[in-house]
Amino acid sequence: MAATQTSPPLLRLEQCTIRFGGLTALLELTGHIGPGELVGLIGPNGAGKTTVFNLITGVYQPTTGKIEFCGHSIVGKKPYQITAHGIARTFQNIRLFPSMSVFDNVRVAFHLHLLQGIGHALWRGGEFRREEREIAEQVMDLLEIFQLTKARHAPAMSLPYGGQRRLEIVRALATRPKLLLLDEPAAGMNPTEKTELMKLIEFVEEKYKISVLLVEHDMQVVMGICRRILVLDYGIKIAEGTPDEVRSNPKVIEAYLGQEQEK
Amino acid sequence: MNGSGEIAPSPRGRTLRPKTMLLGALLAAGVLGWFSDKINPYYADVLTKVGINIILAVSLNLVNGYTGQFSLGHAGFMAVGAYTSAAITLFLGPRLLPHHPMGDLNWATAAVFGGALAAGGVMAALAGLVVGAPSLRLKGDYLAIVTLGFGEIIRVIFCNIPALGGALGLNGIPACTNLFWVFAVAVVCTYVVVAMVHSTYGRGFLAVRDDEVAAEAMGLNTTRYKIVAFVAGAFFAGMAGGLYGHYTLSLDPKGFGFMRSIDIVVMVILGGMGNTPGVIAAAVVLTLLPEWLRPVAQYRMVLYSFLLIVLMLTRPQGLFTWRGKWKQV
Amino acid sequence: MTEFCQQLINGLSLGSVYALLALGYTMVYGILRFINFAHSDVFMVGAFAGYYAVTPFTIRLARIGFALPVNLGIGTHSIAGGLLALLIAMLFCALLGILIERLAYRPLRDRSKLTVLITAIGVSLLLESAGQLIFGADPEPFPELFPVREFSGAGLDISSNQLLVIAVAALLLIALQLIVLKSKIGVAMRAVSFNPQAASLMGINNDLVISFTFGLGSALAAAGGIFYAMNYPSIDPLMGVLPGLKAFVAAVLGGIGNIPGAALGGVLLGLIETFVRGSRYSTFTDAIAFAALILILLFKPAGLLGKAQVEKV
Repeated sequence: MAATQTSPPLLRLEQCTIRFGGLTALLELTGHIGPGELVGLIGPNGAGKTTVFNLITGVYQPTTGKIEFCGHSIVGKKPYQITAHGIARTFQNIRLFPSMSVFDNVRVAFHLHLLQGIGHALWRGGEFRREEREIAEQVMDLLEIFQLTKARHAPAMSLPYGGQRRLEIVRALATRPKLLLLDEPAAGMNPTEKTELMKLIEFVEEKYKISVLLVEHDMQVVMGICRRILVLDYGIKIAEGTPDEVRSNPKVIEAYLGQEQEK
Repeated sequence: MNGSGEIAPSPRGRTLRPKTMLLGALLAAGVLGWFSDKINPYYADVLTKVGINIILAVSLNLVNGYTGQFSLGHAGFMAVGAYTSAAITLFLGPRLLPHHPMGDLNWATAAVFGGALAAGGVMAALAGLVVGAPSLRLKGDYLAIVTLGFGEIIRVIFCNIPALGGALGLNGIPACTNLFWVFAVAVVCTYVVVAMVHSTYGRGFLAVRDDEVAAEAMGLNTTRYKIVAFVAGAFFAGMAGGLYGHYTLSLDPKGFGFMRSIDIVVMVILGGMGNTPGVIAAAVVLTLLPEWLRPVAQYRMVLYSFLLIVLMLTRPQGLFTWRGKWKQV
Repeated sequence: MTEFCQQLINGLSLGSVYALLALGYTMVYGILRFINFAHSDVFMVGAFAGYYAVTPFTIRLARIGFALPVNLGIGTHSIAGGLLALLIAMLFCALLGILIERLAYRPLRDRSKLTVLITAIGVSLLLESAGQLIFGADPEPFPELFPVREFSGAGLDISSNQLLVIAVAALLLIALQLIVLKSKIGVAMRAVSFNPQAASLMGINNDLVISFTFGLGSALAAAGGIFYAMNYPSIDPLMGVLPGLKAFVAAVLGGIGNIPGAALGGVLLGLIETFVRGSRYSTFTDAIAFAALILILLFKPAGLLGKAQVEKV
């Protein structure tokens, strides 16, 4: 079923359960993502996909279960610590920093790799200026790849919708992740934009050698670029496999179409 | 203005050398101080008040404006600094310098005063840590109320320290404050805030203000940012308090209550949260306003509060902001 | 033991006032998720309304030499008079509360929380400074609206005013619970506090419900103001500041947004404060309320009767 892993998985979830009072959002979820893999996470609305993201990034803690990243457990770590370990994400409802420019939105995400702190910002010596220059260059490089150079000084929210989505991805990449979580990046895009996005994601995966976990509703996008797909329904993993396997899995069809599929 | 100032210049194309500006401004403060006895005493008075309010407003702006943490207890930190520095000049000063009364102007007293101010700032910063660490996990209204509560607690504590005058206040503080000190501290405070915020590290403050969840997701330790802002803000509030005490020559705990904190908050709002030049302008205007309104002094508070409401209804981004509509208000 | 009982009565009396005030805070917060800073000054206006209900006064506009003497003719020391004065004050403040909401808060309903908070502070300052201008900054002795009887016995000194406060506050609380739980508008209030969008989709006029809530809360504040003045017999335009803050603490203590919680918090805080005031730490009385607030927000932010809420990311 699954492709043989020649290297240990980057991210491993083992029997993760999340309960909010009486509601079970995720039940005994087990899965893994290997280095350089492009994995999709699909399921009907409310299945718990964003919950999985929140779980991995430390916004929610699992009620029970283990999560390991690069061999270390990340349960109980704060979100910023998990990002420091190498997991970055985008959000379902775009969460850019509205008071900052496009440039600064990306620049602030380089904070993780800053060697200079407050003291240097105040003293403003040669080292400070050099590091700021390096960061500015890296920001420009990223913006150029994603065609956001011209708009770099514009307020982030003044970008068209597609541009904002791209910016969120760029910002996440600035943290130099090993694993990138994309939460419905194609939402609200037209077919041309979607094709661009698909190419972009594949490009990012290859150029930066990162793994991608993609939550998407658009089947064309998911089936198009993901090599492996996990299917969630009511917080339970109901299927896992290649796009073809998942497409023809009766449980998946039933989950999406309900009980109508009686034929 | 961005971090390096050389690469990727801002659309306005300015390249500024912050440290040069700092030195220049300090020099100006020195000149001002040197000629202070030639200035009409009334104007010198007003300028002193303006300077102190600038320090208070700019330091609060770091917390409220840039980092988005609504603190209503800034006056409490001012009180800590005021009492600490007054205690040093009143009780320690004569012991360190038995032959130089603290009111005299010479290098020895200046050194002691400078040390007293700094100590006031440090104590206030510690208070900021004590207040900030537990409070900063709260949001919005709750943070406002808790900081207000802490401010009141600090006030009550000072009312209950007989060695510092208790509820009757502390009198006989030496008149060490002069225009040089006031504007030197104001310049340093402004420099620190602006230099900190206009760096890659400093963009983090804005990120924390804009969206804490997203900021955390980008690897920013939001709690640490909030505490840094809070403590830095408290430090300068403490220095402002020290300057204030050695200007009014007596301290009354009642003057450091909720109302004082509101005064400072209004300056920050009027100037535009996170807009340092605007906040400085607002501090100037709001210090001068009571002077201009002297003929109608009895209506001052009514007008003031009415204007506040009108401002919020019509231009909540402040009077001195030129930002576009993208800024979240 | 008698000392304890005495303090108990004192505490319950004070606590009832805090409870009445706290209810206004909690109801407005429940519906709009916003702290109405001006509430404490409506409390003050209520006390003054009670004062002017029984005291002849003159409306004077010095510039144009206009003077209008007003005498509502309500006598002091009478039960009927006292109730009438109470009613007038409650009605006046209800209207004031509705007016404030309409003019200062409603236009800002879609703006950031901070903006409304500042506006509320502005309204509070406006009421206080206008009060100082109109009523004069000096404290005025508060007349005895109701006939006062002192009960002394078994080592206790109880004023009928104190008992009246406790009794009327309890009645008002019960009335409020009935309104909120049984009446149509009460259901509407609860609906709006749960989900304003859904409520308006169900045909509820949110604006009306919000106005009603403000009116109700303000009326209770007025009652609180009068009862407070009855037991601390002088009033001044800044009298609401500290009780207001403490009543807010009480509301948070009980669980903000929770009506029985506000009452519980109010009574509890009144008792705590009274006992502290009678102890050797009396100079720290004011700080106690704030210390309580901070402890609650740090350890049990939902309050005693409240429910914790998880933020959806």
